[in-house]
Amino acid sequence: MTATAAPVVLDRDGLGALVAALVAQGRTVVGPTVRDGAIVLAEMTSADALPYGWGVELDAGRYRLVAREDGAAFAHSAGPQSWKSYLHPQRELLWSADRTPEGDVSFTSHEPDVPAYAFLGVRPCDLRAIAIQDRVLTGGRFEDTGYGKRRRGALLIAAECTEPGATCFCVSTGGGPAADPGYDLALTEVVDEDGHRFLVRAGSEEGARLLEQVPHRAADVATEATARASVDGARDRMGRSLPPVDLRDLMGASLDAERWNDVAERCLTCGNCTMVCPTCFCTTTEEVTDLTGDHAERWQHWDSCFDLDFSYLHGGPVRSSARSRYRQWLTHKLSTWHDQFDTTGCVGCGRCIAWCPAGIDITEEVAALHAERGPETETETETETETETETER
Amino acid sequence: MPTTKTSPTLAVFKLASCDGCQLTLLDCEDELLTLTGQVRIAHFLEASSAVEPGPYDLSLVEGSVTTPEDAERIRAIRAASRHLVTIGACATAGGIQALRNFADVDEFRRTVYAHPEYISTLATSTPVSDHVDVDFELRGCPIDRGQLIEVITAFLAGRKPDVPNHSVCFECKRRGTVCVTVAHGTPCLGPVTHAGCGALCPAYGRGCFGCFGPSGSVNLPALIPVLRRDGMDDEAVMRFLHTFNTAAFDKELNS
Repeated sequence: MTATAAPVVLDRDGLGALVAALVAQGRTVVGPTVRDGAIVLAEMTSADALPYGWGVELDAGRYRLVAREDGAAFAHSAGPQSWKSYLHPQRELLWSADRTPEGDVSFTSHEPDVPAYAFLGVRPCDLRAIAIQDRVLTGGRFEDTGYGKRRRGALLIAAECTEPGATCFCVSTGGGPAADPGYDLALTEVVDEDGHRFLVRAGSEEGARLLEQVPHRAADVATEATARASVDGARDRMGRSLPPVDLRDLMGASLDAERWNDVAERCLTCGNCTMVCPTCFCTTTEEVTDLTGDHAERWQHWDSCFDLDFSYLHGGPVRSSARSRYRQWLTHKLSTWHDQFDTTGCVGCGRCIAWCPAGIDITEEVAALHAERGPETETETETETETETETER
Repeated sequence: MPTTKTSPTLAVFKLASCDGCQLTLLDCEDELLTLTGQVRIAHFLEASSAVEPGPYDLSLVEGSVTTPEDAERIRAIRAASRHLVTIGACATAGGIQALRNFADVDEFRRTVYAHPEYISTLATSTPVSDHVDVDFELRGCPIDRGQLIEVITAFLAGRKPDVPNHSVCFECKRRGTVCVTVAHGTPCLGPVTHAGCGALCPAYGRGCFGCFGPSGSVNLPALIPVLRRDGMDDEAVMRFLHTFNTAAFDKELNS
């Protein structure tokens, strides 16, 4: 790496210049901005659109914007969308077919939309979520080509976490408020008596080249120390945590738990948790025709294990009860995801807690399952698993 | 391409309703010419007084059954229809007029009409599916134009319509609308309401008022404490649920 591998400091104008440089390169810059009472992700052409002076107050089923006196741009936690809205869009045309008057049928595969994205302000939890979706959507034998192309062309500018929300629990999923490798640039926002500035580290050659194009200064000891202390401090201020147990083991042993009935009474089965989850990747495909019947299209769009049609086989849905669908979501996320993708499916961003209208809290549900399990032996749990499979069918 | 005697026939009928759903078909201005190239419109009184006798390949029926005559008529329509699709909240759930199901119709009759003996009505307003077999129910008050074209297209092609059964929340999240309940504390029926409108009301900052009726997967009792949390008292909750799909939501609440 070049000399710019040493951290540098940008001020607000420097961040503005960074966004301008990305726009000048022809990149589609996406970052956080305030809209409709929330900090959402949106395309932007200027750093002025960042949510300077806005923070959030979070709780289960509750999200409120709050003004911040310090004017910080990245002192908020995960909003209603994640980067999958851009990398793994909710709807994508896969192919179309046309029939000529002579009856010949031709097929056209559709090239995915691949803007050259620059994502500004990717939280460390979301950086991990992108890495998980990389495994899921590009790591197997059949790559999601649209995702793969968009992902490989995307520049990631992380914003380390200095202000975790009340619904955050990344530390207990093995993460933390510091950005793991995988970013092109990582910012740490510092606001104190010495001014509003961003400590920036390059994580790739492209990130380093980009930094050279914008006005910056070498990082001073005080800024580095403050930035490090803010991120370290955030680690201890997570609003929530998962119980410190082997979650794969706990989920596997809890398939017959009473707690699923309890949560099923509160679960609206509305699907919000899966839509806001930055790792949930499930899609369905639909073929549609036009009125003439001579043109057909296949679309891929987001689906959810909470949708009855998601598990519909001939004759009916396999997972008809709310209990079986919530259980599928949680056990997949925390347990069978490991078997499938060799990683957890949860990064602890807390979106499913905040954006559940009923305020169902994944950490509370896991804690309850842990409490219900008690000191059981492995032999007993295996028997329960078999019984449960039969009753669910 | 002009239609011929062998083209599939389309018929539109109405029972107790406001005509808004069949009007949606006339509102499909961009598709109407293509549609009339594919089907022969054989019975559609709102569009033409020229009617052909059945049988019809596809019948669209709006409105609920509220009179003994309509209860008979829907049987005749069914008998004359190869496929019968009900359109709108009245035909699929009984409509706003199903409020009578929770009241004394005789009292209404005596209060409203100078000559109540002239009025022949049933004590309930019921969906068409309570009376005859229905091939597909398209929800909404009114129905969505795009969904109507999709249903007609699907029946012409002999395939299943792409009309999802899930909640309005799916549509909000897909279009990137900020949740009005979570972020604003606005009471919203989206989590229990059938998708199809494209989450229109939340996109304008309002709570969903359930005009598409219950979704395919509903846990309505779980929403009541959420509505109470967001400031609704018992009466407000009752009024919220007792609109265009009152009978369907009532069934969900008491099932």
